[in-house]
Amino acid sequence: MIRIVKLNKSFNGKPVLQNISVTFEPGKTNLIIGRSGSGKTVLLKSIVGLHEIDSGEIWYENTLFNKLDFIGKKRIRSEMGMLFQGSALFDSLTVEQNVMFPLDMFSDKTPDEKLERVNFCLNRVDIHDANALFPSELSGGMKKRVAIARAIALNPKYLFCDEPNSGLDPITAILIDALIKELTEEYSMTTIINTHDMNSVMEIGEKIVFISEGVKCWEGNKNEILNSDCDSLNDFVFANSLAKKLRASNK
Amino acid sequence: MQTGFKNQFNRNTINISNFGMPNYRRMIKFLTQFGRYFLLLKKVFSKPEKPSLYYKQTFRELVYLGVNSIGIIAIISFFMGAVITLQTAYNTENPIYPKYLIGLGCRDSIILEFSSTVAALILAGKVGSNIASEIGTMRVTEQIDAMEIMGVNSASYLILPKIVATILFNPILTLIGIIVGIFGGWIAGTLSGVITSENFIYGIQYAFIPYYIVYSLIKTLFFAFIITSISAFQGYYVDGGSLEVGQASTKAVVFSSVVILLFNVILTQLLLS
Repeated sequence: MIRIVKLNKSFNGKPVLQNISVTFEPGKTNLIIGRSGSGKTVLLKSIVGLHEIDSGEIWYENTLFNKLDFIGKKRIRSEMGMLFQGSALFDSLTVEQNVMFPLDMFSDKTPDEKLERVNFCLNRVDIHDANALFPSELSGGMKKRVAIARAIALNPKYLFCDEPNSGLDPITAILIDALIKELTEEYSMTTIINTHDMNSVMEIGEKIVFISEGVKCWEGNKNEILNSDCDSLNDFVFANSLAKKLRASNK
Repeated sequence: MQTGFKNQFNRNTINISNFGMPNYRRMIKFLTQFGRYFLLLKKVFSKPEKPSLYYKQTFRELVYLGVNSIGIIAIISFFMGAVITLQTAYNTENPIYPKYLIGLGCRDSIILEFSSTVAALILAGKVGSNIASEIGTMRVTEQIDAMEIMGVNSASYLILPKIVATILFNPILTLIGIIVGIFGGWIAGTLSGVITSENFIYGIQYAFIPYYIVYSLIKTLFFAFIITSISAFQGYYVDGGSLEVGQASTKAVVFSSVVILLFNVILTQLLLS
């Protein structure tokens, strides 16, 4: 479980996140949604410690993460996996080496055991016969899958995904969503996903937090989101004309 | 007249007051960057997570930054040696000067300045821009963030092997530069007929001071560290996109070159005085 209490973050005096308090539960896909520039990525990067926060608390179970020193954070980070918007695969390494990287760094397994784990993770995300390929030789969807395989290589307790569907076609996007949901349930991870894709919200949104202009405006699940009385959320959810028509016909 | 003077006085007053602020800000910015550079070095020289992986990386960098630079150093050294020989020959046509001084001039120019300083400036262009753009691209594509999330000390993992590799290999490049440069001088001198082979070989052996080689190698070690650390610093703190990566690459070459020239003066004074 990850608990955020009264988190504030600003850049050059300009507030980007204000007074955010939210709890993310294990075994569930927790979604942070909002418009571009609303502060979703800053929130996610603050939670994982890539941004220093101005004030507030970030709790991983019973550990106050933001007050830990480098060694303490490193310990918690060994339990994290993260999928970046652009996949962030290491260009100079092959698919196999990318997935093996965290194992090389932090596990004491033998080379054979590591290779076995790499192949298991790659099979799990449905990547076959691509061990020797470089990231530049992969499609967008494959890159995301390899990045997920790398993120789960060390059996993380926490999985963070920053816009996992960006740049993917709707079908591949749904497959990636389904994969993340499956892995979350399978390993009982606390998964936090940043997205502005409504398909994802309706597919896997077990817990949804809506952020607008750095402020948490709404919290609920995919069943509640269509009946919200939050105007900014409704503007976001029913942004396209098809959704507006459907809403009007339901009324 | 009175009004004109008053206006000019006011303009000057405004200019003087405006001059102070940007300089002050520039100084603060310079000191901030200076501090960040040393903080990065502290991070770079912290204990590695898995030394075996660092060894592997260091060997990789030895090839990328060292072995792959042999070609350019050899080509430029050869032609520099040739030009130094020809220029010395055409500037010492007076019969008072013994011909072997052409060989001696070529040798000393190559050993004292070319093989270390000029080669370092060339490497600042090749290796420096390579390091800044590689690390800068990793920063803007979130690869460095990915490492940090895994708990890897990205600064140490990415920069330390490069520093170690260049410090180990650049002295070899310097020695190659010396040998090829003098060889280029011999070829140019003998083929053009400005000096006989015997005179040139006598010249390069005449009044040879072995310490000059040590001096050159010591300078090379400093320059290798300067090129790698400054270029890595420029790349590591890139913020933005491809435009900023390009700017970081340019800054890496410019700053490395200026610091190399500055340290050349300091080290020459310290080592040869």
